[in-house]
Amino acid sequence: MAVRTLVVSCSDWPLTAAGVSPGVPAAVLVAQRVVAASPAARALGVTPGMRRRVAQGRCAELLLVADDPDRDAAAYEPVVAALEQVAPGVEVVRPGLCALASRGPSRYAGGDERLAAQVVAAVDAALAQVTGSGPGGGSAQRWACRVGIADGPFAAELAATLVVQLADGIPAKCEELPASSRVVIFTVAQQQQRQKPWVVVPAGRSRRFLAPYAVDVLRRPALADLLHRLGIHTVGDLAALPAASVGSRFGPDAALAHRLARGLDERPVTARVAPPELTAQLELDPPAASVEQVLFAAKGLADRFAEGLARHRLTCQRISIEAETEHGERLARLWRHDALTAAAVVDRVRWQLDGWLSGTARSPDGPPTGGLALIRLVPNQVSADTGRQLGLWGPEEALDRVARALARVQGVLGPDAVTTAVPCGGRDPGERVAQVRWGDPRRAPRPADRPWPGRLPAPSPATVLTEPRPARLVGDDGTTVEVSDRCEVSAAPARLSVGSGGWLDVVGWAGPWPAAERWWDPHTAADRHRFQVATADGEAWLVTVRGGASYVEAVYD
Amino acid sequence: MAPVATSLPDASHLAPLRDGRREPLPVVPAIAPLLPSGALRPGTVISVTGSTSLALTLLAGASQAGAWCAAVGLPGLGLVAAGEHGIALDRLVLVDAPGDAWATVVATLVEALDVVLVRPAQRRSESDVRRLSARVRERESVVVAIGEWSGSDVRLAQTRCRWEGLGPGHGHLRARRVEVQVTGRGAAARPRTAVLWLPGPGGGAEPIVAPAVSPVVAPVVAADRPAVVARTA
Repeated sequence: MAVRTLVVSCSDWPLTAAGVSPGVPAAVLVAQRVVAASPAARALGVTPGMRRRVAQGRCAELLLVADDPDRDAAAYEPVVAALEQVAPGVEVVRPGLCALASRGPSRYAGGDERLAAQVVAAVDAALAQVTGSGPGGGSAQRWACRVGIADGPFAAELAATLVVQLADGIPAKCEELPASSRVVIFTVAQQQQRQKPWVVVPAGRSRRFLAPYAVDVLRRPALADLLHRLGIHTVGDLAALPAASVGSRFGPDAALAHRLARGLDERPVTARVAPPELTAQLELDPPAASVEQVLFAAKGLADRFAEGLARHRLTCQRISIEAETEHGERLARLWRHDALTAAAVVDRVRWQLDGWLSGTARSPDGPPTGGLALIRLVPNQVSADTGRQLGLWGPEEALDRVARALARVQGVLGPDAVTTAVPCGGRDPGERVAQVRWGDPRRAPRPADRPWPGRLPAPSPATVLTEPRPARLVGDDGTTVEVSDRCEVSAAPARLSVGSGGWLDVVGWAGPWPAAERWWDPHTAADRHRFQVATADGEAWLVTVRGGASYVEAVYD
Repeated sequence: MAPVATSLPDASHLAPLRDGRREPLPVVPAIAPLLPSGALRPGTVISVTGSTSLALTLLAGASQAGAWCAAVGLPGLGLVAAGEHGIALDRLVLVDAPGDAWATVVATLVEALDVVLVRPAQRRSESDVRRLSARVRERESVVVAIGEWSGSDVRLAQTRCRWEGLGPGHGHLRARRVEVQVTGRGAAARPRTAVLWLPGPGGGAEPIVAPAVSPVVAPVVAADRPAVVARTA
């Protein structure tokens, strides 16, 4: 029997976190696909998974919001804090979705329905604070949470999703089902009053509740595809198969899916207690003031933690991340994830600390007063590692392999020595790309989508000199080429000498491309003029004239 | 300082890591004729002299196909140009200053990444280069070296080039005709010469279809001359 679980789902959390009103048609895009859409957008037919063009075709005024997991996580912290006031042991599955074991709290509250009502009240109040709208705002214009209670987190999450679908009036998954199966979902739904923002699946009924869903809800696309082709269309069909046969025919991952289909927990509950040495902790001395400082240390800690688990052939589905400041303030959070790799743990440390340290988390105690002195990773739920089969050369595997190699290089040369490039705004070829340290979020320091007048046209130079080399650019009569304030060139360039090299005849030139930057600040003002110069040896150069001096900044080689 | 001697055992005695040979990595169509197999064969070292663009172009096809690339010892690499040539910047890793540890760094990277672009250190020992070549063969990675690399499988040298698009005081650089000489070992032993656009009028490398035809460059007009004065930060 699965653990009775309550799931609180703030549908479309990224939009809530971004401060968009639900009455505004808005969507969050990742890789040109919609991942979250506001109720107003859904009413116009914009659904998650849709391509950007199709979504904009359905709704021309669709507001597009940038995807920012850090923002989502930081804004979620007050919601979790509010939920903890109602019931202990809250596990964050991802920003916008958390779960808790509801047997105890439900008995305390006097029943599942009452617990659900309390949770909804507490979370909605927190949401109103997060989004800044007062409690008196129109109910149609407020974000609201949905609650599902069922046996096991999987069924409970589907129950919470069902509330959203009923509210939208589009029971999407049901549409695709045969009519006979649809009845069952609606029976459950009709037992509840439709107005309530929760669905309670009675104890022991989760298997029947899940049965009519299509196998796609198991979130294993490859397996679902295979099952469909074998004529196994619904979760109930899958659950009817013998467990041993599913395991031997489709592998360990499908065996887990089969457990879910039968309304059980994904992992068999084992009475094993985590050996104490699996807990990894790190004392920071001196205490760290910023999240970045902690994160670099947390990477090593997470690696150690993952190694400890691997040594005992265990895998961790739930981890408690505890942070303590030098003044003894503590923040502990439970995080749930199917496979907590070291990278996933570091992400969660960042999410948790971002919200806490930056003070955006309006926790009852406010932001901490001192620097962080201790980070502890405690495995909360471990089970034997039956193996998660990753694609042999799939993207995750490749990324993992690359990440390990780069960590070794960082170990040899220091963390700053390995970087990746992020396109950003700027005028010179060297400015238009920023190098960020490997492992840090790829954020552009200057927006690239501004006009940046004076930018040089493509193609860009393949070599950008780290130190501009002094050069001499002269006209026919041997006088140095200068540029006036009105961008007039004193003489047509005829010869170029780079560094201490000899004179090269200029066969073509264009410019000047002027860039007068920060003219309002005499200290940082830079007034420069760029020329493209082709010389007789076939090379082309980017020459900058600044004041009376010329430099070669880049080579088109 | 001999970091390689301690951390990089001679790879020749090791059994091959994987059973099946890896698939060759694709290159952009324009430069496929330059390479003996028309693609980047795993386990090879390609040395490029005379042109950074040519080296970037070698990486572009593989990068677009999802390969991870690294650039070692190239702090002056034009990253905007890399993007224009078609390299996916989110899968390009940069180690600008490997210093004395360059051989160790390259050896580590060829284990995990698909293509490593490297400028060999000024002070390098021939034994380092030999060991690295063996490591590349064993790990079935590809190294593109800017500069000389003794024992490279393919050597590409840009012998002549001419830029198009610049007039006396107008236009801007648009396209470049380059002549590339290919030499190497095995299938590439016979020296060959090829001409191509690098970059072409469309941005990336393009083949020159019929060398007799005059260059297909858009007419240069005086309106190209930039006149806007930037007044913002």
